[in-house]
Amino acid sequence: MSAPEKGRRRSAAGSPGFLRRSQPRHGEKVIKVLLVAASLVSVATTIGIVIALIPPSMEFFRHVSFGEFISGTEWSPLFKPPHFGVLPLVGGTLMVTLIALLVAVPLGLGAAVYLSEYADPRLRSVFKPVLEVLAGIPTVVYGFFALKAITPLLKDIWPAGDGPQVFNALAAGFVMGVMIIPTIASLAEDSMSAVPHGLRDGAYALGSSRMQVSTRVVFPAALSGIVAAIVLGISRAVGETMIVAIAAGGRPNLSFNPLEGMQTMTAFIAAAGIGDLPTGSIGYQTIFAVGALLFVMTLVMNLLSIRLVRKYREVYE
Amino acid sequence: MTSDVIPRAPAAGAPETRRLKGRGTPLRERFFHLSLLASLAVGVIFLVALLAYVVVEGWPRLDSRIWSNFPDIINPANAGAQSAIMGTIWIIGFTALYCLPTGILTAIYLEEYADPLRWYNRAIEINIQNLAAVPSIVYGILGLGIISRGLGFGQTVMTAALTLSLLVLPIVIISSREAIRAVPRSIRDASLALGATQWQTVRRQVLPAAVPGMATGAILALSRAIGEAAPLLLLGGLTFITFNPTGAQSAFTVLPIQIFNWISQSRAEFTALASAAIVVLLVILLAMNSLAIWLRNRYARRW
Repeated sequence: MSAPEKGRRRSAAGSPGFLRRSQPRHGEKVIKVLLVAASLVSVATTIGIVIALIPPSMEFFRHVSFGEFISGTEWSPLFKPPHFGVLPLVGGTLMVTLIALLVAVPLGLGAAVYLSEYADPRLRSVFKPVLEVLAGIPTVVYGFFALKAITPLLKDIWPAGDGPQVFNALAAGFVMGVMIIPTIASLAEDSMSAVPHGLRDGAYALGSSRMQVSTRVVFPAALSGIVAAIVLGISRAVGETMIVAIAAGGRPNLSFNPLEGMQTMTAFIAAAGIGDLPTGSIGYQTIFAVGALLFVMTLVMNLLSIRLVRKYREVYE
Repeated sequence: MTSDVIPRAPAAGAPETRRLKGRGTPLRERFFHLSLLASLAVGVIFLVALLAYVVVEGWPRLDSRIWSNFPDIINPANAGAQSAIMGTIWIIGFTALYCLPTGILTAIYLEEYADPLRWYNRAIEINIQNLAAVPSIVYGILGLGIISRGLGFGQTVMTAALTLSLLVLPIVIISSREAIRAVPRSIRDASLALGATQWQTVRRQVLPAAVPGMATGAILALSRAIGEAAPLLLLGGLTFITFNPTGAQSAFTVLPIQIFNWISQSRAEFTALASAAIVVLLVILLAMNSLAIWLRNRYARRW
């Protein structure tokens, strides 16, 4: 503490006026301004994303009607004549996401229930790091594994017909599902751990088994957090790029057959971005139009998830 | 759910003790327990299989060529990833420089200064939570539209580092906030009661106690940035580069993108090369994560 402050404290002994500052503290105000400025960087990021997306998208929709974009079934922006129907990309995204969820929701929730209700500390200390490592593996590595290991494996074990193509939605979706397990498991486990112990104790006292407590007391009580975890998982699956760019192929394909290759919205953005298209060209603008659609889709899910998490925090914490 | 609580036959020959029915573990309970364990086992098996696969595939190429040679599209036997490794180091260095101070200052503001009931502070908070879940490719679009072409930074190390900084900023903020929140209220109260100003309290009491937690979060955030490829694809990271970056204005490639490049080549040699580079990438990440865990255990204070 600096000298004037010490002096002030000594003189304070007799007078009640010592609480008044001897001098205004400009330093404190400067620091606060600095802190606020740093916080505004994240606000500026969001504004930057919106500014980056809107003008080129507007430009895009001057050439292509919104109706054609949102309901067209053919996507070939760089061909002649070009077609700008985004449905094949959306369909590819939804197909891969659906497969990922079929893997990640049961496994992620199973892991969460186990970690929250069954595991003793020793097992937790084994499984938790495994989930953390899974969450930390770069997605390009997942994509490599899907293309070079999972797809050939599926081909080998496929019981009938030709099996999956070299690029297919199934392998990409499966691997993506494993990738999202940690996201779903950790958020769902948080919300289950937040359920008060009194509820469990009451159920046990009434003679419930552990399975009954898990599925009929803890699970419903933590439901908003569990839904939040799943919604966040969907958002991550929709936004994931490298796995699908590597393993799901680069051909827009409106199909319900997961054994075929299909391009997702993110994979299209990546493929078009690699091409280094000139600013102002229609090809360049498609990146932003598809990006805006992707951003809006994930934004809705993220806000829903944030809201649900708040809900369970308000109830139990 | 009475059916599985009382499924047992009456306890043999001992009707008078009236044991509680449903103790022990009925089949359904065991099955449930096993299926929960199985769902964790899938993750473990997947992880082991993945690691084994990349090590086995990459083993023939896992030698000094990886870090001492440059990419070579004609002769895979000569190819290496030195320019990509150096690019990663340059970009992560700049990323740390941008995102750590900004993230930590934001965390201090939100935890120590902001009134959480004010709408604008709540808006900042929700905004950060949302940014944490915005797809990384959207950050690539931000980098492409605003930083690279709008502000004219071009396809450089600087653009890549700025983009990655914004991408991992929410992670830095969220983990720093948790570290700051873990410092008990009483420490602050004691400091303020002794006449310290708010900043003195933060600077001399809260921050020193929160540093281990913040360092752990910072390392995890940077390791996320190291593995990130998607946004850099839009920023010119896939160009064929056979030189190391010399500064912020250099063109660049990074390790994950070099891996992506090799995966896209059809010849088998490149698959081995990609595996070997993946092993290098995973070792770097593993080292960083171990450091983070060590820091957490070594310096974390229990209050």
